[in-house]
Amino acid sequence: MTTLKRGAALYQAGETIMRAVEAPVNGMERVLGRKRMPWLFLAPNLVLFGIFTFLPIAIAVGYAFTGGTNLFVSDRPFVGFENFRTLLACDDYLRPGTCRESLFWTAVWNTLWFVAFNVVATLLVALITALILNRAIVARGFFRAIFFYPVLLSPVVIGLIWKWFLDRNGLLNAFLQMLGVPPEIFLLDVGWSRFFVVVVSVWFHMGFYTLILLAGLQAIPKELYEAAAIDAASPRRTLLRITLPLLGPNLLVVLILLMIRSVQIFDEAWVLTNGGGPGTANSFIVQYIYQMAFSSDLRLFGLASAASVLMGFVLLVLTLIQLRLGRRMES
Amino acid sequence: MNPIRFLTRRRRAERIDITDILSWIWLFAGTLAVLVPVVWAGLSSLKPAAEITRFPPTLLPRAAVEQTVSGFDKPLSLWQVTIDGETREMAMVRRIGLKAQMVDPVSPQKPVSVDVKSITPVQRLTVATQNYADPLTRFNFLTFLKNSVFVTFVATVLTLLVNAMAAFALSKYRFRGDKTVFVIIISTLMIPLAVVMVPAYLVVVGVGLADNLWGVILPTIASPTAVFLLRQYMLTIPDELIEAARVDAASEFCIFWRIILPLTAPALAVLAIFSVLWRWNDFLWPLIVLNSRENFTLQVGLNAFQGEFSVQWHYILAMTFLSLLPVTIVFVFLQKYITTGIAGTGMK
Repeated sequence: MTTLKRGAALYQAGETIMRAVEAPVNGMERVLGRKRMPWLFLAPNLVLFGIFTFLPIAIAVGYAFTGGTNLFVSDRPFVGFENFRTLLACDDYLRPGTCRESLFWTAVWNTLWFVAFNVVATLLVALITALILNRAIVARGFFRAIFFYPVLLSPVVIGLIWKWFLDRNGLLNAFLQMLGVPPEIFLLDVGWSRFFVVVVSVWFHMGFYTLILLAGLQAIPKELYEAAAIDAASPRRTLLRITLPLLGPNLLVVLILLMIRSVQIFDEAWVLTNGGGPGTANSFIVQYIYQMAFSSDLRLFGLASAASVLMGFVLLVLTLIQLRLGRRMES
Repeated sequence: MNPIRFLTRRRRAERIDITDILSWIWLFAGTLAVLVPVVWAGLSSLKPAAEITRFPPTLLPRAAVEQTVSGFDKPLSLWQVTIDGETREMAMVRRIGLKAQMVDPVSPQKPVSVDVKSITPVQRLTVATQNYADPLTRFNFLTFLKNSVFVTFVATVLTLLVNAMAAFALSKYRFRGDKTVFVIIISTLMIPLAVVMVPAYLVVVGVGLADNLWGVILPTIASPTAVFLLRQYMLTIPDELIEAARVDAASEFCIFWRIILPLTAPALAVLAIFSVLWRWNDFLWPLIVLNSRENFTLQVGLNAFQGEFSVQWHYILAMTFLSLLPVTIVFVFLQKYITTGIAGTGMK
């Protein structure tokens, strides 16, 4: 009954909107003719795309070659490759302190380390979980939902919840004290804070990758396992010879997606570590771009854009690899 | 059915393997790892300010009990006192160094002096509802909430409409340049916000929408993911329906509104769920666009709040929980659609 009423209300709302829009759009149809109608339907999307996606992409490249702190391109001096030279000038790339823009190289190395650990850890945890959830286990739907739940939360909420969990007076320290380990201020220690940024990231995103791998696992034909069972293949052999090879394409896509998204780490790390702390231990590339451009005292839009362009280039390469793999998977 | 047999049933009558045990350990450990931080933050958000940083922490929210005692203006705190091996509940009048002056709350006569080492506070289960009530009345929380609801609602409605129209044009019409337009739109899928955020902010400033909620909404509406998802779905709708409608002299807009939109409802529903989640959880883009407090969305407001009041965890956790609640409710009811939607489209 209530669904019916709600349906009726929705229908009425639809009717009202339609009547309001119908007359002018039909008028346009009379003027333009039916052949040009698709462009009318595309117009709002293309206008928004043009203004907020294509224009920025075009500007981003132009911006990277300008200096100064003015926001508008017309007021910015052309400096050629100066921004890129500033970012890339370095005596020893392994030691950010020797670079002209040491903060950038700190961010680059932090990001690379984060990507390496995060990709391996997330992939491993997601794969194990997907393999287990693919078994005939009681309450599979429940467990799948539980593991997936964090994916939907906001990064700010996740950062705050974990900050509280890892607090000096937090639950983890209480648990450690029960075991006789002295309490630790995890987020003020360089090593621990880096470790927990990865832990939080795995915790946050693994459910998403588990789901993709699970979909891949369920697409593997059951007959293969039946044949393996008839041949009395050991579970290990079945895993190594059937499951993993057939899951290979999915694993590759997950790997590339994970890399692309790990390079862009910002939100949860920013909240968890009070903006990259302790010091610059958790300062990543997106954060560098954000700070160069939007910190009230810096406003170095050119430098930030140059860093964006470099990052965009890396992401483009990764995306092209993914597209190539995707096409191979389909064929 | 026997509950134990129900819980331990397996598909085939094999003996329990070591891998079964390891699987269960993994699943339970994972469940704990997901739930413990969330539930812990939730329980902590109910604790009074004085209790929240107690270490080691207590599981449930408790508070010191106070009682009005005749002859004293202010309510006195109750303590467990052990005198000569006998334990009693007494009210503390004042504390001088290592001695506490206690009276019997029922018959308050001359205060007794007791060693503070032999007393423990009486505590009772108390839910600190003011942790939730205060942010609602103070600290702009309602403004943040209103802004978040506005952004989420308007952006979702416009996302559905604008992208459905584009998907309709790209799936049901043949015109010069249709493939090019589709490829151009889809190619922007690979450009993340981080790469264009500086010039995108410039554009938002240029069109006069800086520090404006529309500056948060408009750049997110035209979404290549949405166009792709809706177009794929619309391609499955038979063209004969449209031909029939044209024979009946329906206008193109009428065809879109009366035939295509209702038939695309399942895809629109999936997109609506995702759009709500994306916009509700957005952080970096609103953080860039919005500057003044009265324009903050919930996520930006929460972040600003935790920076300013980093010691007031009772408020921070309560507000965190208020912003997490809608997402959790949506998930509990739409869990199946969300997970199958993600498994099918690979978006999140």
